[in-house]
Amino acid sequence: MLAKLMGYFLLGLVRVLTGSQARWYGCPPKAEQRIYFANHQSHADLVMIWAALPEELRSITRPIAARDYWTKSPFRQWITSAVFNAIYVERQAAPPATGAPPGTPEPGPTPAVPSIPPSPEALRAALPDTDPLAPLVRALESGDSIIIFPEGTRCHGDDPQPFKSGLFRLAQMFPHVVLVPAWINNVQRVIPKGEVVPVPILCSVTFGAPIALEPGEERRPFLDRARRAVMALREV
Amino acid sequence: MNAFLRSLTTTQQIGALFLVVFGVLSLFTLWGFVRSLRGVPDGDADAASERKAKARRLRALLQTSWAMATVFWVGWVLGDTAATVLFALVAFFALREFITLSPTRRGDHRSLVLAFFVVLPLQFVLVGTRHFDLFTVFIPVYVFLALPVVSALANDPQRFLERSAKLQWGIMVCVYGMSHVPALLLLDFPGQEPGRGAFLVFYLVLAVQTCMVVQHLLGRRFPHQPVAPAVSQSFQWASWLAGVAVGGLVGGLLSFITPFKPGQALGMALLACTAGSLGHLVMKALKRDRGVTSWGMQGQSVTGAGGLLDRVDALCFAAPVFFHSVRWYFGL
Repeated sequence: MLAKLMGYFLLGLVRVLTGSQARWYGCPPKAEQRIYFANHQSHADLVMIWAALPEELRSITRPIAARDYWTKSPFRQWITSAVFNAIYVERQAAPPATGAPPGTPEPGPTPAVPSIPPSPEALRAALPDTDPLAPLVRALESGDSIIIFPEGTRCHGDDPQPFKSGLFRLAQMFPHVVLVPAWINNVQRVIPKGEVVPVPILCSVTFGAPIALEPGEERRPFLDRARRAVMALREV
Repeated sequence: MNAFLRSLTTTQQIGALFLVVFGVLSLFTLWGFVRSLRGVPDGDADAASERKAKARRLRALLQTSWAMATVFWVGWVLGDTAATVLFALVAFFALREFITLSPTRRGDHRSLVLAFFVVLPLQFVLVGTRHFDLFTVFIPVYVFLALPVVSALANDPQRFLERSAKLQWGIMVCVYGMSHVPALLLLDFPGQEPGRGAFLVFYLVLAVQTCMVVQHLLGRRFPHQPVAPAVSQSFQWASWLAGVAVGGLVGGLLSFITPFKPGQALGMALLACTAGSLGHLVMKALKRDRGVTSWGMQGQSVTGAGGLLDRVDALCFAAPVFFHSVRWYFGL
C-alpha cells in the first residue's frame, strides 16, 4: 500500500519536473514480453523510463538497477524493490571473455567455433548462478519484460558508448522476446553528475522499431546495429 | 437592465460575467458540433479535407478557450491566494518549456535551480502580498544581477553571455510577465470596491485574445505578403492592424466593467493588443531561432498538442505593459 502511494507520488513528481513523455515511434505499447534497451546518462534514467510506460506495462516491466548504487541506503533499496520492482545486477559487468559460461562458442573467427550454435535452452541451462546476467535471465524466464542499459555505465559524452555483450547473450537465450530500442532525451540536464536538486526540463523517451538477432549474426555486428538503432531515435 | 446589474454586488457581477462567457462558449461549441454533422457531397475530396481541417482548427480554438475560461473560473472561485498559486503553476510550466529549448550547460544548473525554486515563488509571493513596487523591480534589477553571478561562480565561460541572456529572457517572459495577471487581479482602485480586478483581467484577456484570433483569421482569409517571412509566414501589417483595431474596439465596448471611460478603455485596449500581438511575433522569432514551431516537445508530441507557452505568450507580453500603464495613468 505504501509502495503504491510512493509510486503515485514519484510518478506525479517526475511528471511535474520532466513531463516524462513516451513517444511510441516504432512500435505500440503492447503487453508482450520485451527487452527495452536504452542509453544511460544518469541514475534517474530508470525512473524516467518507468514513468513513461503506461500503467499496464509498468506492472509487468522490471528495470535493471545497479546493486552497488541502489542498495546503499535502506530507502533506496526499498524504492527500487517495492516501488519499481527492479532487478539488482552487479555492476562489475561481465566482460565477454571471462564472463562467457562454459560450452558457448568462443567469440572470434577461430576454428574452435562448433558448426551448430547451442540451442537457447542449452545456453540458459549452462549459465552459472554467479553470472551477472543470471537475475535478468530468471526474470525473463518467468515472463517479465525488462529494461536494460547495454552501455553498462553512465555515459557523459554525446554519443552512447559501445554496447557490452549482455544484450547479445540475452537475445541468443530468448529468441522469442521482442527487442525494443529506446532513447531517453534530456535527462542529463535534469540532474547532472554531482548535483542534488533537479531542474524541471521536459524529457521524453522515444521507443523505436524492434530489432531481432539474425541467424548467424556475430556479437559485435549485432551490438553495433543495436547501438545505431538507439542513436537513430535521437533524431526523431 | 443597467440598474439591475449595478445593484448586484461585485461577486455576483463577476459570477454573471462567467455565466455569459461559458454561455457564449457553449453556443460556439454547439454550433461547431452541428456544423460537423453536415454531410459532405461525395466525390469532392478537396472540400472534404478542407472542411475537416477547418473543423479541427475550430475545435482546437474552442478547447483552448474552454481551458482558459475554466482555469480563470477556478482561480476566481477559490479566492485571491488560490488564483495567485494557479498562475504561479502556469508560469512554472511555461518556464519549463522555455528552458528545455534553451542551450544551458552544466554551469547553469545552480542558476536554473534558483530560477525555478526561489525566484518564481518569491515573485508570486510578492504579488500575493501586494508589494507592487518591489515586485516590479525584483526580477529586472536584483535577479538580473544575481543569476549571472551564480553562473559565473560555476566556472564555465563558454557562451556565457548567450546562456545568461536566454535565462533572463525566459524569466522575464514566463515569470515576470505571467505574474502581472494576478497583480491585475489584486489591484485596488480608490473609490471602487475591492475585487473589481477580476473584471480588469477579463477585459485584458478578452481584448488580447480577440486581437490574436481576428489577426489569425483575417490573415488566412485575405493573405498578403508576409512582413518577415523568415520569422513568421502569417504576420502581415493589414491583418495585424485589423486585429489590433478589433481588439481595441472590444475593449472600448467593455469599458462599463472597468474604471475607465470609454475613450480611456479604447486606448488601453489598443495598447494591450499591440503589446500582446507584437510579443507573440517576438516569441515566433525565438522559436525559429531554435528551429522549432512550437514550445511543446519539439512540436512533435504524441498528443499533437502545442505547448502551454504558445498559448499564453501574448498575455505574458500584454499584461506588464497594461498593468504599468494603468498604474501610471491612475497614479496608483
